[in-house]
Amino acid sequence: MKMNGARILCESLLREGVDTIFGYPGGVVIPLYDILPEFPGLRHILVRHEQAAGHAAEGYARALGKVGVCLATSGPGATNLVTAIADAHMDSVPIVAITGQVPTTGIGRDFFQEIDTTGITLPITKHNYLVRNVSDLARTIKEAFYIASTGRPGPVLVDIPKDVFVSEASFLYPDTIDIPGYKPTTSGNMRQVRQAIEVLKEAKRPLILAGHGVVISRAFDELKAFADRAGIPVMVTLHGLGGYPCSHPLYFGMIGMHGHAHTNLAIQEADLLIGIGMRFDDRVTGKLSTFAPKAKIIHIDIDPAEISKNVKCTVPIVGDIKTVLAALNAETPELAHHDWVNQIEAWRADRRTPQQHPVDDAQPIPSTMPIKEIYRRTREPVVVVADVGQHQMWAAQEFPYDDPATFISSGGLGTMGFCLPAAMGAKVARPEAIVWAIVGDGGFQMTIQELATLQEERIPVKIAIINNGGLGMVRQWQDLFYDKNYVAVKMWQPDFVKICEGYGIPAKHIERARDVGAAVDWALATEGPVLINFKVAAEENVFPMIPAGLGLDDMVEGHQPKTLQLT
Amino acid sequence: MIEYSNRPITPHTLVALMQDHPGVLNRVASLFRQRGFNIESLTVSRTDVQDISRMTIVVDGNTTNVEQVIKQLYKLIEVTKVTELTHEPHLSRELALIKVSTSGNRRPEILQLVEVCNAVVADIGADSVTVEVSGDRERIDSVAGILRPFGIKEIVRTGLIAMVRAAN
Repeated sequence: MKMNGARILCESLLREGVDTIFGYPGGVVIPLYDILPEFPGLRHILVRHEQAAGHAAEGYARALGKVGVCLATSGPGATNLVTAIADAHMDSVPIVAITGQVPTTGIGRDFFQEIDTTGITLPITKHNYLVRNVSDLARTIKEAFYIASTGRPGPVLVDIPKDVFVSEASFLYPDTIDIPGYKPTTSGNMRQVRQAIEVLKEAKRPLILAGHGVVISRAFDELKAFADRAGIPVMVTLHGLGGYPCSHPLYFGMIGMHGHAHTNLAIQEADLLIGIGMRFDDRVTGKLSTFAPKAKIIHIDIDPAEISKNVKCTVPIVGDIKTVLAALNAETPELAHHDWVNQIEAWRADRRTPQQHPVDDAQPIPSTMPIKEIYRRTREPVVVVADVGQHQMWAAQEFPYDDPATFISSGGLGTMGFCLPAAMGAKVARPEAIVWAIVGDGGFQMTIQELATLQEERIPVKIAIINNGGLGMVRQWQDLFYDKNYVAVKMWQPDFVKICEGYGIPAKHIERARDVGAAVDWALATEGPVLINFKVAAEENVFPMIPAGLGLDDMVEGHQPKTLQLT
Repeated sequence: MIEYSNRPITPHTLVALMQDHPGVLNRVASLFRQRGFNIESLTVSRTDVQDISRMTIVVDGNTTNVEQVIKQLYKLIEVTKVTELTHEPHLSRELALIKVSTSGNRRPEILQLVEVCNAVVADIGADSVTVEVSGDRERIDSVAGILRPFGIKEIVRTGLIAMVRAAN
């Protein structure tokens, strides 16, 4: 059957199981928007800035484990997507970004709203396409979804010139795919699996470092089975949160720059690290030369390029985490490391924050308190979407994630402004879950315009601003490493409650500790999008901390953020 | 006067086969730039298989992690095969044109050397001759070295092409 490119695109999206597009129209994509109402199965969510469309697609993808789709016009539409595409690239998030392009005859002539979109996005996509011929469109969409969602996932961009939307071709959606240069390895090499087990059997002080790959591969049960079977303590990276239940006795917290202190001690003492779906990035290892000096390393990852990129690995296993762990589980004997587990438990107990006095009304709200109250009062299923900065680290440290894939944040790129649109995408993906957007006052204002989208589409995201009056993490670095020379970190504060009033979104301003719990309850009971602005202490630091460029041994434990006696 | 740099490198020769899609050279070049891989030379040409291009890439193993280069190349969707030839018996050839000054009536001397070196005179001008030489890197370096005292006005090298030797 012959149809135009716009319809071919929509038909193809439906065949890929797409139900939602986060988009923003403009000149060259009007032919696509023209026929969009013919496809009620494709819900279009009109964002207020293309960057938000990208982050919303990421939030959707991460909450559901399914490809997210965003759409923008050529030129500024495409460049506005760039930050979100880069974010998805760094965090291995499967999204397909569709951009309009000027007509093929105009390409290269500096046409109105022309930009070299595939050129710009080349280093920040897993792959990208410029579709010059409508007869290539269906196959290209098929390949785009396949590449985005398989192997190590990532963003794929498809740039479609205006004339391709309106020219016709016969529509035949391909059943199969043949990309000669793209055959991701999924099952681990059995010889290496067995070699890993041999190394594991000799280890006295092994640790599992579980990362985003566990969540992406949905390998929750397999990881639990492996850790239980081999009796190995589990620690997670920022993106590994929600990959292993925090309530499990073998769970020992988060590693890295702001990881729990005992995890970094354990890494330095371990004789074997098993990195599972993580990439030993600098925020995890600190200075490489002093990282885990006593440890052999088993590294399991789907991306061969991650093996021995940062740390020299003893046994690499390239493959999908779920498949490799299943293979390991089938052959790993039952092991136990009681002394080692007890040792880490003792380190943890040593460093448990002393309970502190209840805060009186004269004192500001401790920064972690709203996060703890949100945890205490929110029933599952819950998804926490954090922005970037101090509140993000507190949300990672203080919220005990038990359900799979309950934590979403921008890790690799550290994109402020990620939270609100990503939370929107997560809530659209998982309407049954309570979605909390935990965000700083800085990052919130970077994508604050999405309050309109939340309201218009009635997407009931619960927003908690952890408001310390500025850029807390930058201030923390200036405090610790720049002699308290605070520059460009204090921010004039708008009245967030009034802003919400303008959007018709219920909101509360909370500045007394005793009101925190009730405010959380109020937000939980309120229908539709809702916001609480928690005015918290202005100058708290996130500890522990491994100063950038230093090693795990140089961890600064500092004064722990004050905590409350919760009643 | 062109001085050909002779700083020591540890050349690693890679051959990559890839689908000949628009922009694929850009992808390879962008990858090298982005990751800070140092390219000593890069040549690209068609193969006798339709839509498959062949690149010979020489990287300096002293400054670049060759294993990462190979793995990162494989991450490009169009790249189908990457082979490192460094440790295999292989043939490698490079072509160079070297324009040498003949001032001071030294043309006969130069022509004699060209003949001894088994090189070819490609062009003769009023005050220069252009020498064509092909061979592996060392041979080109050596001919360029011999001609340098006469004054090299211009030199161009194609970059290396390489191929595994046939089994005996």
